[in-house]
Amino acid sequence: MTYFVDRRLNPKDKSLSNRRRFLKRVRSQIKKAVEEAVRDRGIADVDRSKKVSVPTEGVSEPSFRNGRETGRQERVYTGNKSFQTGDRISKPPSGSGGGAGKEGANEGEGEDEFYFALSREELLDYFFDDLELPDLVKETLAEISKTKPSRAGYSVLGAPANLSVSRTMRNAYGRRIGLKRPKKAEQEQLEAEIEELEALETSGKKEKDRLLFLREEHQKVVRRRRSIAYIDPMDVRYNYFVQEPEPNANAVMFCLMDVSASMGEREKDLAKRFFMLLHLFLKRRYDRTDIVFIRHTHDASEVDEETFFYSRQTGGTVVSTALVKMKEIIAERYSPADWNIYAAQASDGENWSGDSDTCATLLSEDLMRMCQYFAYVEIIGEDEALIMNSEASGMELWEAYRGVSEQWPNFAQKRVSKPGDIYPVFRELFARDKVGTSHG
Amino acid sequence: MVRKTKASRKKPIFEQVDWDFDTLHRAFDAIEEIARDDLELDYYPNQIEIISSEQMLDAYSSIGMPLMYHHWSFGKHFLGHERLYRKGARGLAYEIVINSNPCISYCLEENTMPLQALVMAHAAFGHNHFFKNNHLFQQWTDADGILDYLDYARKFIARCEERHGVGEVEAVLDAAHALMNYGVFRHRRPRQMSVKEADAQRRERLEALEQSAYYLANTMPTPAGASPDETELALRKQEMQLPEENLLYFLEKYSPILKPWQRETLAIVRTISQYFYPQKQTKVMNEGCACFVHYHIVNKLYEDGKMTDGAMLEILHSHTNVVAQPDFDDPRYSGINPYALGFAMMEDIKRICIDPDEEDREWFPYIAGKEDWRGVLKDAWANFRDESFIQQYLSPKVMRRFHMFALADEVKERHHTVTGIHDELGYRHVRDVLARNHDHATLEPDIQVVDADLLGDRCLHLKAVRCNGIGLDKSSREATLAHVEKLWGYKVDLQEVDALN
Repeated sequence: MTYFVDRRLNPKDKSLSNRRRFLKRVRSQIKKAVEEAVRDRGIADVDRSKKVSVPTEGVSEPSFRNGRETGRQERVYTGNKSFQTGDRISKPPSGSGGGAGKEGANEGEGEDEFYFALSREELLDYFFDDLELPDLVKETLAEISKTKPSRAGYSVLGAPANLSVSRTMRNAYGRRIGLKRPKKAEQEQLEAEIEELEALETSGKKEKDRLLFLREEHQKVVRRRRSIAYIDPMDVRYNYFVQEPEPNANAVMFCLMDVSASMGEREKDLAKRFFMLLHLFLKRRYDRTDIVFIRHTHDASEVDEETFFYSRQTGGTVVSTALVKMKEIIAERYSPADWNIYAAQASDGENWSGDSDTCATLLSEDLMRMCQYFAYVEIIGEDEALIMNSEASGMELWEAYRGVSEQWPNFAQKRVSKPGDIYPVFRELFARDKVGTSHG
Repeated sequence: MVRKTKASRKKPIFEQVDWDFDTLHRAFDAIEEIARDDLELDYYPNQIEIISSEQMLDAYSSIGMPLMYHHWSFGKHFLGHERLYRKGARGLAYEIVINSNPCISYCLEENTMPLQALVMAHAAFGHNHFFKNNHLFQQWTDADGILDYLDYARKFIARCEERHGVGEVEAVLDAAHALMNYGVFRHRRPRQMSVKEADAQRRERLEALEQSAYYLANTMPTPAGASPDETELALRKQEMQLPEENLLYFLEKYSPILKPWQRETLAIVRTISQYFYPQKQTKVMNEGCACFVHYHIVNKLYEDGKMTDGAMLEILHSHTNVVAQPDFDDPRYSGINPYALGFAMMEDIKRICIDPDEEDREWFPYIAGKEDWRGVLKDAWANFRDESFIQQYLSPKVMRRFHMFALADEVKERHHTVTGIHDELGYRHVRDVLARNHDHATLEPDIQVVDADLLGDRCLHLKAVRCNGIGLDKSSREATLAHVEKLWGYKVDLQEVDALN
């Protein structure tokens, strides 16, 4: 007997597990590829799929094979045109290939690299690997702070306020039809006819019988109407609601940047990359992510993204103005009870002398209470990076912030000098176990 | 099965391009009628499964088997195939057929109706008949039990992963896969066991192994001074049945360090390898048989008016693509196409039977003019493998048609030498060389266990016999040896020796 089986609807991705195992195995190579992508790609297309090549070492499947360095082989080929027995054909200069047949076509040979494509999801997963938002468990996704009623059909019990009139009436109507409850019009018609007959002064036998019949009929109708209620308790339905937890899944990200003349194209570009990475990360974690751009010179203002990154403004540098602005905006629009607040500040580290302490105070006493996380990135020149390799020393702002980071574990400060630095710094900022001494 | 009435014989079984299950059934019945009554094939019951391209890729990557255990290398192959397929660089096979009882054929849903008919004739009857009748398959594979066994293997590996961790199991499988080609018995026929028996035996073996001290625990070095007795060594070697060509079997039985579950894992890998061993040796015949059968069947359908002209043209188009043999200087050339050679030889045998000429009478006196070509072909399908089949049946006519020539390549010399062409002097030589080219034993290095120095340093001695002076590929040699060492636990020594002739 023959069976035809339609397997097309079987669960897909039968080899998904194998695929995962393979990816796990080439993890280090993939990570390298991902880091490369982050470093070299434009910001907007960081999360695109990526072709990854893996050197065969590590994923090679060796077996004993015949070598090609020694010995004598004899093979049959097809398509002889002019050869005669005993002809000698000189070998192509290097290795195999060429006219006299491809001896090197053995399977598995010449396979130096193995290529495959990493999907966007996989790429991002690797990208965010090991990253954990600080105190994530405490106040964000895990904790359910609010519930919202949501409809869950109808019930036969409930508060009068929740009565579903249409459903109740529909049930009642159906029951009335089903039980053949006489309509009011029917009763009235009977009554009218009886009245008419009673009004007759002379009535024959026929009319009398008719009257008798009609009265009986009328009684029946009235009785039936009384015993079959218009709306019965069993018809009543109430709207039913369940309380569904509503995770606090909103995040707002404050981007603070110094746009004074001391910040050149290079610095801005680096800052931009940092902000974008942070945003990508938050976007992945939260249903809704708002971004607020605050730029400042000696005065701070909220601007749109385009202006934030590309428009020029000159002036001095007073960092605290940005922090004050941020505080205002939080008070105005982003209540810490409803929003997870993240902030990232990029600066070249210069500040109006004396203002840095104001900044530190603002942070310690106000902002850090409301923020999930505050990251400060100082963008320095590459030559500076060689000198300032210690976290212990730095400019005024850096020094002032160090006081903050000692007090608040969710405050972090880092230095960045070239695009390649961003990813490691970013990782370090959000690393699972923060071992850095600067923000213990 | 619905017998076709006389009236429906005239009508084509299908006219549309798209298939549906009704039409598939009707086509299958018509095909089966020819396979059974005309060709008189002997086949397992069929089970035809329609799968999507995604599933075809899945099947590809786990060596075509429906129930494979999990391993990263299958994922690697999947990604490789997938990339090529998505790029359009490579199409998918129309079908995959599994040597099991019932015989399972996977047909791609994207095939058109004519293609489905072709595929059914090819796989469900051609391959199926071959699987059931070829002596290699009868001897070495167990069509009734293979699906059960794969199911068992998969569960066993999964259980091991749970118990010992994925990494541990993977390491063993990696090593075992490296030796997969050396996990077959070439000469000794394994005892055939029912699934139940095998299961019971397996359980007993595991229990016994878990309880008892290992074989090698009793072979601690003798106290200093006493030299190991030569005869004792010889005896030990004899007990281990050395030399042994089945490396996986040897390691499974005698490795000093493997745990019972690891031994069972090796057994699984070598059982699967053994299962595929006949297929490797009969590529030309298997495909030749299937192509011959589908060609005969669709032509018969067409003659009977059961196939439209359009469908026939589409089938012929696919057929010619499959059996095309590019010349050696063609960029598409990648060796001799087993479909082309097999099909040409099968058709040629039929011709020799029906319409032989002088040459055929001289070369094939035992079949020339024998009317019963069906019997001759079936005899060939049953009793040969590629090497012997070519040796026995390759006719000058086919050699001429393919313009075959033999080319010798002495690595040290700067010339290739043509050692024979398709002429009177060269026929036999070309045939010999082609047969040797299809002898699986000469394609893989010959490696055997010759000694395991159990009384001394426990070094495992392997011997690779260089045939025609061909040595082992250096880079893969070291990597594979590392895997052997992992399984043996002690030093492994591989000597390459030249063959005597």
